[in-house]
Amino acid sequence: MVNLMTVQQVVSKPMAFDGTPKIIARDVCVSYGDRQVLHNINLDIPQRRVTALIGPSGCGKTTFLRCINRMNDLISICKVTGTIMMDSADVYHADVDVEVLRRRIGMVFQKPNPFPKSIYENVAYGIKLHGLSIDKADLDARVEKSLRRAGLWDEVSDRLDSPGTGLSGGQQQRLCIARAIAIEPDVILMDEPCSALDPIATARIEELIHELKEKFTIIIVTHSMQQAARVSDYTAFFHLGDLVEQGETEILFTNPKDERTESYITGRIG
Amino acid sequence: MTDHPLSKAALPGLAARYRAESRFKNYGKIAVIFSLAFLSFLIVGIGFKGVGAFVKTEVRLEVSQELIAEYGDDSFTLLRKTVLYNFPDAKGRSGRKAAYNMVAAGAEETLAEKLSMMEGSPSKFDLWLPTSDDVDIARKDGLTEEVLNRFPEVQRAWLISLDKQERFRTRFNVGFLTNGDSRDAERAGIGGALMGSIFTLLVCLVFSFTIGILAAIYLEEFAPKNKFTTFLEININNLATVPSIIFGLLGLAVFLNVFGMPRSSSLAGGMVLALMTLPTIIISSRVSLQAVPPSIKEAALGIGASHVQAVFHHALPLALPGMLTGTILGMSRALGETAPLMMIGMVAFIADAPTSFTDPASALPVQVFLWSDSPERAFAEKTAGAILVLLVFLVLMNLTAIILRKRLEKKW
Ligand SMILES: Nc1ncnc2c1ncn2[C@@H]1O[C@H](COP(=O)(O)OP(=O)(O)OP(=O)(O)O)[C@@H](O)[C@H]1O
Ligand SMILES: [Mg+2]
Repeated sequence: MVNLMTVQQVVSKPMAFDGTPKIIARDVCVSYGDRQVLHNINLDIPQRRVTALIGPSGCGKTTFLRCINRMNDLISICKVTGTIMMDSADVYHADVDVEVLRRRIGMVFQKPNPFPKSIYENVAYGIKLHGLSIDKADLDARVEKSLRRAGLWDEVSDRLDSPGTGLSGGQQQRLCIARAIAIEPDVILMDEPCSALDPIATARIEELIHELKEKFTIIIVTHSMQQAARVSDYTAFFHLGDLVEQGETEILFTNPKDERTESYITGRIG
Repeated sequence: MTDHPLSKAALPGLAARYRAESRFKNYGKIAVIFSLAFLSFLIVGIGFKGVGAFVKTEVRLEVSQELIAEYGDDSFTLLRKTVLYNFPDAKGRSGRKAAYNMVAAGAEETLAEKLSMMEGSPSKFDLWLPTSDDVDIARKDGLTEEVLNRFPEVQRAWLISLDKQERFRTRFNVGFLTNGDSRDAERAGIGGALMGSIFTLLVCLVFSFTIGILAAIYLEEFAPKNKFTTFLEININNLATVPSIIFGLLGLAVFLNVFGMPRSSSLAGGMVLALMTLPTIIISSRVSLQAVPPSIKEAALGIGASHVQAVFHHALPLALPGMLTGTILGMSRALGETAPLMMIGMVAFIADAPTSFTDPASALPVQVFLWSDSPERAFAEKTAGAILVLLVFLVLMNLTAIILRKRLEKKW
């Protein structure tokens, strides 16, 4: 009985927002070998909103992000317990096929990692992989649409055949975003997408995030408080493997409840 | 000396460090010069010795219609009569023998061929016939006093007069590249060994490339990392250092004795060499797979590719140049191997070039080994010639490896 009570308490919405959450994390614990790096994370991610994950380096933001699309499966020593649900379906259920899962949860990595193929192929790869296009014209149209959405089309439309690795860092990152949105996932995970970019490229990507949230649920890891404040609707603050505080970005930044949050956003720890 | 504030005198110990550094550079240079000198000595030496194998001396003899009419169907006798006709002063048994020894064994084939192709029947015609190896070598050495002293009195006179009448000429020795092995130096060629080497390498390539690359991909990308795979890994690395003769013994015991494959065949030889090159190919393929940045594979997995797709669509194309280079280098090592082939009987005297994978065959390095054992001077030249051909093949293969790598890498 006592147990049930606690579960119920936990399940009651940790983050206050309207509508059903897209992703629900309950009691998520992650350890690498013997070392536990995430402790009992309970977090709701709202649908078609931008949620920012902030926190000092090494606090487990990337680890949490990679739990959502099960990229952590690749690391043999990584052990995940607890539940993560997307649209009330357990992501870690035995019946889940990770390819299907990742088809619906796209990811943009911290370091731009375009395929060493042409710009066109970079975007077309996922579309062809999942058989989303009916013919070549459709494929072309989808590639163009994704590149336009990622704000890259005007810069590369005349050299789609040149290698994606030949683009500048900011362009490569936008290419990776185009590649992620080309397969039309529900959720996009972004791990510090602007960490290697100049302010202009950063601004373009932030603009892009604004546009993308009309269609996608976005989770973004960032080290920049300003960026979190600019782009996100909700923010979750991690510290040493704990989820310390979460809530609407405006409230969290102007009126943090926990003193660790306050010290971090005012720049005293980190 | 003016003491500039930024000169090396300003920092104590700097001069000594510079001296030590320049000393080190000089040691390096000496080492390079030494190895270059050694290499060029080797190549130039073999080159000088071996070039002669590619040319042969021919002697012009007169063939008369009378003799053809009499011995036309028996080219061997016709040749002998023709030789005696050209050296009328050959008297007695030893004189006749000396005369026969002027032309190459098998020269009657050239004569027969000429007769069959000839139109009309002139009363006399001139024919260039290959000389025996002794004459050939003597002419290549230059007909000096010392060289001529190697011959008996009669032959000495003939050599001098033939040379004076310009009845000797030098021609490219096609037979050296096409003939099989022979006890007669003038007829021995590397054609058989060459074919044997090609067949053997083909077998080796097919087996070691397919098995090696599949094993490498599986071990690197799919195998669970546990004690057993670690054990496998260590053993593969150890296998790469096992002396090749051990592989030969293994092949003898397994391929010949257990599976009953034909002895001396290029099939068995190629499989033994495949065993030998397998570890090399596996190791180099794994290294080139490891060199593919994991972020590329993560990117593919991140958009929902399966593990197999990520490997075959992205990791493999990037690793392929390295894999091919490793394979070709393994092949060129296999091309130069002698010991394991000898263990399975490819060292036998084989006169006919192999026409299938199961025919008894020889291989280039084995041929070099066999010839280097022969006492005749002509075989020394052949040995060097065969080494040259072997070296040319090795250079070609390594060049292919380099070009292939450049080509495939340039793409991205
Ligand atoms: N593959 C791994 N193996 C072992 N430990 C890991 C691995 N990846 C991360 N960790 C550990 O997990 C903890 C959390 O790492 P994580 O990468 O999630 O941090 P982060 O919040 O993303 O940091 P940053 O802001 O610097 O990217 C760190 O202490 C790190 O050392
Ligand atoms: Mg991180």
